[in-house]
Amino acid sequence: MKVIYTDSLIIGGGLAGLRVAIACKERGHDAIVLSLVPAKRSHSAAAQGGMQASLGNSSKGQGDNEDVHFEDTVKGSDWGCDQRVARMFVNTAPKAIRQLAAWGVPWSRIQAGERSAVVNAERVTLTESLDAHGLINSRDFGGTKKWRTCYTSDGTGHTMLYAVDNRAIQDGVEVHERKEAIALIHEGDRCYGAIVRDLITGELSAYLAKATTIATGGYGRIYSITTNALICEGTGQALALETGKTPLGNMEAVQFHPTAIVPAGILVTEGCRGDGGLLRDVDGYRFMPDYEPDKKELASRDVVSRRMTEHMRKGKGVKGPFGEHLWLDITLLGREHIEKNLREVKEICQYFLGIDPVVDYIPVRPTQHYSMGGIRTNEKGAAYGLLGLFSVGEAACWDLHGFNRLGGNSVAETVVAGMLIGEYVADFVETHDLHLQRGLAMDFLNREKERITKLVERKSGEDAFTLKREMQDLMMDNVSVFRQGPVLEQGVAKLTELLERSRNLAVKNQKLHSNPELAEALKVQKMLKIAQCVTFGAAKRTESRGAHAREDFIYRDDANWLKRTLAYWDNPDDVLPRLEYEPLDLMSMELPPGFRGYGKKNIIDHPDTPKRLAEVEAVAAQHPDRFERQQALMKYDLPERYQGKNERLGKGFN
Amino acid sequence: METQATGRKLTFEILRFDPHDPKSKPRMVNYELQEAPGMSIFIALTLIRETQDPSLQFDFVCRAGICGSCAMVINGKPMLACRTQTKIFPHPKITLMPMPVFELIGDLSVNTGKVMREISERVKTWIHDKRQDDIDVTRLEETMEPEVADHVYELDRCIECGICLAACGTKRMRDDFLGAVGFMKIARFLADPRDHRSDHDFYELIGNDRGVFGCMSLMGCEDFCPKELPHQEQIAYLRRRMVFDQQK
Repeated sequence: MKVIYTDSLIIGGGLAGLRVAIACKERGHDAIVLSLVPAKRSHSAAAQGGMQASLGNSSKGQGDNEDVHFEDTVKGSDWGCDQRVARMFVNTAPKAIRQLAAWGVPWSRIQAGERSAVVNAERVTLTESLDAHGLINSRDFGGTKKWRTCYTSDGTGHTMLYAVDNRAIQDGVEVHERKEAIALIHEGDRCYGAIVRDLITGELSAYLAKATTIATGGYGRIYSITTNALICEGTGQALALETGKTPLGNMEAVQFHPTAIVPAGILVTEGCRGDGGLLRDVDGYRFMPDYEPDKKELASRDVVSRRMTEHMRKGKGVKGPFGEHLWLDITLLGREHIEKNLREVKEICQYFLGIDPVVDYIPVRPTQHYSMGGIRTNEKGAAYGLLGLFSVGEAACWDLHGFNRLGGNSVAETVVAGMLIGEYVADFVETHDLHLQRGLAMDFLNREKERITKLVERKSGEDAFTLKREMQDLMMDNVSVFRQGPVLEQGVAKLTELLERSRNLAVKNQKLHSNPELAEALKVQKMLKIAQCVTFGAAKRTESRGAHAREDFIYRDDANWLKRTLAYWDNPDDVLPRLEYEPLDLMSMELPPGFRGYGKKNIIDHPDTPKRLAEVEAVAAQHPDRFERQQALMKYDLPERYQGKNERLGKGFN
Repeated sequence: METQATGRKLTFEILRFDPHDPKSKPRMVNYELQEAPGMSIFIALTLIRETQDPSLQFDFVCRAGICGSCAMVINGKPMLACRTQTKIFPHPKITLMPMPVFELIGDLSVNTGKVMREISERVKTWIHDKRQDDIDVTRLEETMEPEVADHVYELDRCIECGICLAACGTKRMRDDFLGAVGFMKIARFLADPRDHRSDHDFYELIGNDRGVFGCMSLMGCEDFCPKELPHQEQIAYLRRRMVFDQQK
């Protein structure tokens, strides 16, 4: 048996995982990153439009700061997020982006003087100041008060991932490619590492570490149509869930992005609308102002996706061979702008649709995009239930996003949380010993080996590809933009049946090495458990909040549902998770629950809301200084090296 | 060259070989599929694996032309399979081979990741700036001319798909040749004012026939790069810069 020892084991080689590895390495600890694919091919590379950070350099970003970013993020989350985490995040995002600038990201920069832009379908002239020349630029995104999304054309994720992976190579971080973690090694309340399968040779080995961090991204591939890469299958979340100790948080919180192309489901960035693009219906009519007169196309993603769905239900969709869609119109932005700032979009349209978005409308519809839910951690990224287990990025429910994530806050989360949680992981590594749990590792390895042998030797049984496809179609039909109790219950029943069938899987190809069918068969039950957590959680949450929109419970019910769902999988043979609920402490919120400003105000208030509002007002009145006010309202902690205030153009550190 | 082709019966002739199985011999195997509207090589291969032969190996990750995982030789040309539509081929027989140059994992899957990491280590693809770790991230970032940032981005768009190496005559002749992907990385860091390496430092990395002087100017890289990066221009530019460095 091959056993590999390290201080810090990181499962997942995208932005979040690499950033944790770098943090550990810089503090003098060994770090190994496991990755299904070469790190630079991770799904982080697909982030297009940008990263939010309140630099406030550009004319349309003037007046931006941590407070405004915080408020946008909390409102965007429909008050479902952890406000302390949101504060940690907004205070660190400017530092993260400035560090990435030093690491080589070629952020688009401000050109002093006049430039032409499109705002609300009209050409306007913006003037950038001379002192802003050469600082990092920003564009508009949905649900934000300021133009805060920093970018490199529409290849932001690519440039960030390349800079961070290059830094990891510079630091000598080891990345073990084409390796899949298939189980965590744990005993009692302690996690010791993972059992890992080599996807080329099929060999199993044990990685033992002081700290294990799961950074495997989201679970979009439980849906048949998603913007996510093929590797975003929720298996990282399943590793934690299958321990029976660690719960997954808010799994029902699944984001649908308004603009993925039809039928391929490939994303075209929110930057299209941020830069002035419009949504049009079958008649070519711009419908969003009718629904959301204030934010129009730039309402939060959950809102736009619902409005698009409503509009299609009214018969205003465009009918095509792949179902209905609407149009995204960026023709008004002009060729020069599109070829400079939306070039990936142009390439995607050219190759996957055979159209030119400079002159043609793009067929789009709401498509699964982001997993707000994930491995539930505390503010320091430590998973509930198992000491030594951490999670970061989309894989985690750190809970920055609550029930709806703002565009531009996801790549921002990966690097910010990577920086912060990287420090906490390093702290943990410094204060804990490596346990040489060879015997335990052997037990887990043998258990996995036996599971694989049994699967390969079974003469006939269920086909993994078929089970997966049935699950994906069912999630699409039953757990989508709008949800209804009976439809969700039907989904739960069907997933229960699929889970039972998954115990009788067989493979046609019995090879143990480089066998894609076996890899699939080893994953499908994990994916079914994740799908069941999403669906069961959605069925039980009898309110509407953010992306969880129940047609039979249209109110956001703060009185009963200001709480986070925790899903546990107690026994391997269970077909349903056990749900617990973790209340959000309203009386400690810096920003008490309120109205997001979209559509009708459908809220059942929590009885404590007026009381906390009055408290917040009283405290605010005593503290004219915004930093003192913030600290008086809600304390939060950061690693020492990232505690400083952020400088801004013309404002100093105020 | 685009043909109206729905409902054609397509034949995929695919190289099958498992180098990890001593009994396996390289062979071409045909698979038939009914063409569907919007069908890409990605969709076709997925269907073949799920319905005809679950052992077929290939690599897709983003399936959107962004991650660079899926390059293979399609009808003799190295291309990204995910964004190649079957309808662009007038003839219904499509031949798929793995890229040459790289270690074969099996069938259409090759190990590009290993080579790309080696290239990164060889030409040190990171910003060389001694002050990098001392910068105060609470302060305003250093300014950069907008057109310089745009130019660096232009050269930073490489997705490490490996097509330039598979299409490179020189690389086929000598395994230690750096190739266009490496030159583009050098060009990217050379253009970046944040990287403090001198021309001489770069000369040390590429100033020989394993580097930029080994290029035979066949320009397969320029012809097949899926991101249309300016390889020809940058290789010529690097050669000039490196020659000047020696004349100083």
